[in-house]
Amino acid sequence: MTNGEVIRVEGVKKLYQTGRTEVLALRGVDLSIARGEMVAIMGASGSGKSTLMNILGCLDLPSAGSYSLDGARVDGFDRNELADIRNRKIGFVFQGFNLLARTTALDNVELPLLYDRTGRKLNTKALAKAALEKVGLGDRLDHEPSELSGGQQQRVAIARALVTEPAMVLADEPTGNLDSRTSVEVMALFQELNEQGITILLVTHEADIALYTKRVVELRDGRIIRDEPVKRRRIAADDLARMAAEPDAGVTDDLLRDETMELTGAR
Amino acid sequence: MKAIRLVAVAVQSIRKNKMRTLLTMLGIIIGVGAVMVMVAIGQGAKSQIQAQIDNLGTNMIVITPGSSSAGGVSMGGGSGTRLTLDDAEMLKRESFVLTAVSPVIATGAQVVGGQGNWRTGVNGVSTDYAIIRDWDVRYGRFFDQSDVLSMRRVAVLGSTVAEQLFPGQDPVGQQIRLRDVPFDIIGVLEVKGQTAQGSDQDDIVLAPYTTVQTRLAGRTFIPQILASTGLQSDIPAAMEEAKVILRESHGIAAWDEDDFTVRNQTQLAEAAQGTAEVMTLLLAAIASISLVVGGIGIMNIMLVSVTERTREIGIRMAVGARGSDVLTQFLIESIVMSVLGGLVGLGIGFGGAELLARFTGWSTAIAPGMVAIAIGFSAAVGIFFGFYPARKAAALNPIQALRYE
Repeated sequence: MTNGEVIRVEGVKKLYQTGRTEVLALRGVDLSIARGEMVAIMGASGSGKSTLMNILGCLDLPSAGSYSLDGARVDGFDRNELADIRNRKIGFVFQGFNLLARTTALDNVELPLLYDRTGRKLNTKALAKAALEKVGLGDRLDHEPSELSGGQQQRVAIARALVTEPAMVLADEPTGNLDSRTSVEVMALFQELNEQGITILLVTHEADIALYTKRVVELRDGRIIRDEPVKRRRIAADDLARMAAEPDAGVTDDLLRDETMELTGAR
Repeated sequence: MKAIRLVAVAVQSIRKNKMRTLLTMLGIIIGVGAVMVMVAIGQGAKSQIQAQIDNLGTNMIVITPGSSSAGGVSMGGGSGTRLTLDDAEMLKRESFVLTAVSPVIATGAQVVGGQGNWRTGVNGVSTDYAIIRDWDVRYGRFFDQSDVLSMRRVAVLGSTVAEQLFPGQDPVGQQIRLRDVPFDIIGVLEVKGQTAQGSDQDDIVLAPYTTVQTRLAGRTFIPQILASTGLQSDIPAAMEEAKVILRESHGIAAWDEDDFTVRNQTQLAEAAQGTAEVMTLLLAAIASISLVVGGIGIMNIMLVSVTERTREIGIRMAVGARGSDVLTQFLIESIVMSVLGGLVGLGIGFGGAELLARFTGWSTAIAPGMVAIAIGFSAAVGIFFGFYPARKAAALNPIQALRYE
């Protein structure tokens, strides 16, 4: 599962029309992501980052250019085809977790399987349980989101993303609503999953979160301005071990980082 | 997505919002309950009418004059050759099956006597009338054949008339005046109650037809002849026989039609039942309005629900739900709600009808078919009023739905 392209984007443009004003959110993007990669897509607000994510996530179609996901040409798909390909090929993780309220972790994770049209996923409960065990929540199956911490909720969301065995996991600011320690824990989970060969795309504006990935793609004004491998990649498991060894140092570090986040106008 | 999963999802969602679901269902509950109670009242009225028809008289046959036509213009019922006292006497004399025959000469009069005066109907009848109508006297006696033959001025009062003129006393032996003609009161009838049409059968004065004809009406024709048979099974034969006798009496040629009408209670009952049927339908139609209002309530809540659950819809779409999946889910939710509401409404309808019967004394009846109709109807309401909100949910853009706060 290490060879082949998962994503191939060529000359993708996106034009938004609101009333009389036209906004060219993407001005020609070329991008290729291979299987097993872990890529961070960065950019300030208004850079076209969200637009690109929507297109990569098959939630939206490009105005021009082509997009192939796992060998399938997605541009030109209708609503139903997009829904089906999202179901089969993409696992979403969102900033706000986006779990169904008053619904148990197990039922939340089972959700994508209920919309499976291939008929392959029959033992949905068992698959959902396995996915939750994979993210370390085997003992929280019957808990509802309100009974789980932020980190646990995000783990449920990751389990939901994994349960269909998608071609890639698309995470939109997955640590945005989490404190720094939990953020590192979630990144550790992503790194672990990536080690198992799962392709992960991470949309973030936090530079230190991007450091946990293998490759950074940066957008500005609808164009890719930087696309390079991460030189000094951080290993989340090591950071967690360090935090455990020096709890005080870790906290100070975290506090500083939180302040930087606020100063840089983080969401 | 399999239908059974969709139902499970819908039921789950309903259970998650118990209060909202209950309030939504309330409209349907009240609607179905109201329809049930109204129809039960209608059905009850129908059976009550049947009882009242039986009360009119047992095995009764009613003969009225037919219509005449002059140059193709029908003059309507009663305009034709009149029935005469001779017809009544001939029936009485020649019939084998009819056990009782009585002409009815109906007229109205101001009755003066006792405490004042009272406007009422005066029927000139024969002694058989009491048998035909199955109507006994409470005080005194009914007039007999000698009263009829001697044209005696005797009267039997209906209980309403007796109560109006002689409240709280037995008027037998007293006198009343009908159009200034003095009559001796020889009896008071038992309480008969109202007819199906609501007129008071006890508001009547009965007198020998001979007396009424000469003293009050002054006519030789009579508007109605009542007759009865001993057995209900004799009625068809009796009707045939009456026709033959009357045709002979009127000298009608074989190729001419009857100039009179012979009816029995079955026909009268059918007519009255038809009226009750229309009334039931009317009541049900009025109650259906509340069902429609309940349906609009469902639509209202479903629309709010779509807005409130925009994010949920976004999540479902992001993980692969098609528009049709979302549509079906919301549609099933609204159907499940309305059918549940319908079932509860059914229970309330049963209970309500029972209570109503207990407290008002009206008879109520619920036909088994109503249960199926109520459930089917509420499901239809769910589909009809759930469709628009469901379609709205299905048309949401997943990106905007996910961002919705």
